[in-house]
Amino acid sequence: MAQPLTHSAAAHEFQRDPARAAWHDQTLWMVRTKRDRMAARVPEWEQLREAASQIKEHTLSKLADYLEQFADNAAANGIHVHWAADGDEHNRIVHGILQRHGARKLVKSKSMLTEECHLNPHLEKQGIEVIDTDLGERIVQLQEMPPSHIVMPAIHLKRAEVGEVFHEHLGTPAGLDDPQQLTEAARQHLRNHFLTADAALTGVNFAVAETGGFVVCTNEGNADMGAHLAPVHIACMGIEKIIPRQAHLGVFLRLLARSATGQPSTVFSSHFLKPRPGQEMHIIIVDNGRSRQLARSDYRKSLACIRCAACFNTCPVYRRSGGYSYSYFISGPIGSILAPNVDKAAHASMPFASTLCGSCTAVCPVKIDIHAQLLKWRQDITAAGHAPWWKKAAMHTTAFVVRRPALFRLGGWFMRRTTPLLNLLRLDPWTQSRDLPPAPTQTFRQWHNQQSNKK
Amino acid sequence: MTLGLFIPCYIDQLYPQVGQATYTLLTRLGHQVEVPEKPACCGQPMSNSGFAKAGAGCLTDFAREYARFDHIVSPSGSCVLHLKESLEAQHSPMAHRVYELCEFLHDIAKVDSLPARFPHRVGLHQSCHGLRGLGLGSPSECRVPAFSKPARLLQMVAGLELVPLDRCDECCGFGGTFSVFESDVSVSMGRDRIQDHISHGAEFITSADMSCLMHLGGLLSRQAPQVKVRHIAEILAGTAESEAEPSLNDG
Ligand code: SF4
Repeated sequence: MAQPLTHSAAAHEFQRDPARAAWHDQTLWMVRTKRDRMAARVPEWEQLREAASQIKEHTLSKLADYLEQFADNAAANGIHVHWAADGDEHNRIVHGILQRHGARKLVKSKSMLTEECHLNPHLEKQGIEVIDTDLGERIVQLQEMPPSHIVMPAIHLKRAEVGEVFHEHLGTPAGLDDPQQLTEAARQHLRNHFLTADAALTGVNFAVAETGGFVVCTNEGNADMGAHLAPVHIACMGIEKIIPRQAHLGVFLRLLARSATGQPSTVFSSHFLKPRPGQEMHIIIVDNGRSRQLARSDYRKSLACIRCAACFNTCPVYRRSGGYSYSYFISGPIGSILAPNVDKAAHASMPFASTLCGSCTAVCPVKIDIHAQLLKWRQDITAAGHAPWWKKAAMHTTAFVVRRPALFRLGGWFMRRTTPLLNLLRLDPWTQSRDLPPAPTQTFRQWHNQQSNKK
Repeated sequence: MTLGLFIPCYIDQLYPQVGQATYTLLTRLGHQVEVPEKPACCGQPMSNSGFAKAGAGCLTDFAREYARFDHIVSPSGSCVLHLKESLEAQHSPMAHRVYELCEFLHDIAKVDSLPARFPHRVGLHQSCHGLRGLGLGSPSECRVPAFSKPARLLQMVAGLELVPLDRCDECCGFGGTFSVFESDVSVSMGRDRIQDHISHGAEFITSADMSCLMHLGGLLSRQAPQVKVRHIAEILAGTAESEAEPSLNDG
């Protein structure tokens, strides 16, 4: 599927099936309400958010120091540490490790970073079989589609559609839509891959500078299955995944699962400190544009993101336009502030895919000022010339008119006389679905001037 | 103490009754209210669309005309938020003298009773800019003690019954120019909002933001014309029942 040009065009497509759009909205709203219930059970929720925000703020201010500390400790633990400046270098490092081991099959647990680096196609080109083992991720992989959500990659699919995918690829009976049977089929299929994989790759949720260890959170235990069975474990992390101390983990682990899915904790929070005897463990620390974002003071706080996707679930626009309506692999509110850092022109419409309602900011467990950053990106994007000419013209005209009382009054007079016609013609995006108000015969100012004259 | 009343451009032109109600309410509460001649717009539409520079002149006009007032009041949460944030960015002390109407009544005038009567079932649309931006109430995302300044004021109105909502503070989808440039999502959000109010038996939808009500009212007039929108100032001033027929023609 070719990527649609703008968010609004893609959202238009999504909204052509209103029943499905409503289902998508309700599904994600359910996750949001689960999150609310779970957050309400933690009396110190707001203090936790504040603590998380401050820890991240502090870490970002000394990022290089903490990364070095982490790398030293990890190396001392016997982990091979690699640094990658960009996605290509990351992919080359992964491939190099696999090559050295003669690996033909890689089982991957969900990692948005490898998605960002386009690792799968890179490895597949080299003849390596890559199996995504997170259930949702596997479903979209079989469909040859990217994840539509960073925590629930296949949330946009209904059960019956998953049944179709499995029927086609795993040979399950046609028309199967029982979740238990579907999960069982996936499990059998994945088990086989776990047993025969030559290497395992995982993401990293938190890397602890103090210990050189790292934590991976999954609900299905697939990261553990892969990492514990394969002779090689490769972990990939963005430079922002670091936290200073082991003691900070409690803050983030309590926030992450509750914010993400409304669970008290993820089913598996696996702590990796060193390779087991006979195993090789690698960690790849990736920049890929993050230090550039760190240097942009307006947007640096976006690096505090722990990828819980609470901002997706709460976002009324995401819920009603779907993950594929955004032009970046991280969609939703946080994606809309990360994407323009990568390519302003290509993702110019993303920061506009918001009403700036601020729900994302209020829900964010690390208190990223998401909606304020969206508004800043809008200025930067138009200043860089990525706004359609008609929008530019409309905005400059409005700015000109509202500052000139005579012109403004004339414009208003004209507008108030034409609203019935506009409502009738329904030619513009407003009146196609909404009436303009019945025009009053008098403006407030006219009324007020009369009041003053009476006195 | 003289209050500067800021009536945003679209309220001036399309909803004069909201300006009138605000003016009436404030004067009735004993305030000296003045409306300076010049400003029409706070500049939000431009800023919201990524053309903050083009809209910056609006702020200059506003600052010039309103600098002399101790308090500046406006019946529009989103305009007030934009003014506050822009003034703050310029480190202008005026930032702390601009109030949304409910905020002013609640925090400054400390109103504890109103002579208004509105015997209807009313749904309160907590506009996002007012709620999360200005802190007029507690947002449902946060675990803070629940409060709502507009709801407290509405509870002072005799006969008024506030209806509960399934999604107590979800955005209506107006979002300024979003409503035009992303009209599909905007309309879908608005329809869901009005449905929530209708299914709980609201006869009126009110809000501290006329812009949200313009969007919701526009949808209602096509889909459920029996349900009306009323700005909160109209209810608090007791002028909401009338259809606000101005008595004189304009010239
Ligand atoms: S921005 Fe905040 S809410 Fe959104 S994914 Fe990141 S941490 Fe979660």
